[in-house]
Amino acid sequence: MAIFSVYVVNKAGGLIYQLDSYAPRAEAEKTFSYPLDLLLKLHDERVLVAFGQRYSIRVGHAVLAINGMDVNGRYTADGKEVLEYLGNPANYPVSIRFGRPRLTSNEKLMLASMFHSLFAIGSQLSPEQGSSGIEMLETDTFKLHCYQTLTEMPIRCELFDQNLKLALEVAEKAGTFGPGS
Amino acid sequence: MTVHNLYLFDRNGVCLYYSEWHRKKQAGIPKEEEYKLMYGMLFSIRSFVSKMSPLDMKDGFLAFQTSRYKLHYYETPTGIKVVMNTDLGVGPIRDVLHHIYSALYVELVVKNPLCPLGQTVQSELFRSRLDSYVRSLPFFSARAG
Repeated sequence: MAIFSVYVVNKAGGLIYQLDSYAPRAEAEKTFSYPLDLLLKLHDERVLVAFGQRYSIRVGHAVLAINGMDVNGRYTADGKEVLEYLGNPANYPVSIRFGRPRLTSNEKLMLASMFHSLFAIGSQLSPEQGSSGIEMLETDTFKLHCYQTLTEMPIRCELFDQNLKLALEVAEKAGTFGPGS
Repeated sequence: MTVHNLYLFDRNGVCLYYSEWHRKKQAGIPKEEEYKLMYGMLFSIRSFVSKMSPLDMKDGFLAFQTSRYKLHYYETPTGIKVVMNTDLGVGPIRDVLHHIYSALYVELVVKNPLCPLGQTVQSELFRSRLDSYVRSLPFFSARAG
């Protein structure tokens, strides 16, 4: 069993901890000559394959590296625009590595809040009484497990309430917090 | 083991069909809003899953479960979505949902020239065949439990 990643989300939906433990991202590196058989497009600051799926390069895969050097979003390692670079026949033959785009920190934050809402809607749409939110979500490539702790509301704990009241009563009787103290 | 309810959506988010067998709690909102909320939730889950997935997906989102129920999902390449809520004891029922689509929806609604597509299914034949099919499923018990 492999654990891919762990996310900890607070009660407001914000991501407070994230760990990537094992990422079996499928990648393919190939040498191409001009013109490129794939149609590339710019999306969300990344260069993605829009059309022309072949070998193990699928639609939705991103350009990860050119000539062995990792790209930086839509720019190459030395600051040129990837699409411009690949549109110039003088730069060929070129070796490009494609693969599933890795999530940026911002995207992880957004996905965590998204899941927080989906978790709540799963509870609201329940056909049974007293349902929790989503505890397990299954797809054909991964399973997501979610555990919600009891510390949801700010200190909603009976023992704490009782002991606090007792402590206050004791303190009042002892006169420690009377007027003029 | 039981089936709670079933939704059928088309690619535009129109709820083509809904029926319930054992439902103890309503959503607390009008039915139209409930359909939209359900469709929106499924749309967001699909988008969430496609970004989260470590590998390229073939079938995508399959099901989720909470402490009380399990939601099963099946989508066709034409965007028809079959959603069934059951209790927790039910395993993968992709073939059941596929049967509802191909043997019931396609045969009785799509192939019927008098059934307009893109709106709620009015066909009584579809309703009764679907009802008897669901009641005949091995995980459907007449008494909810």
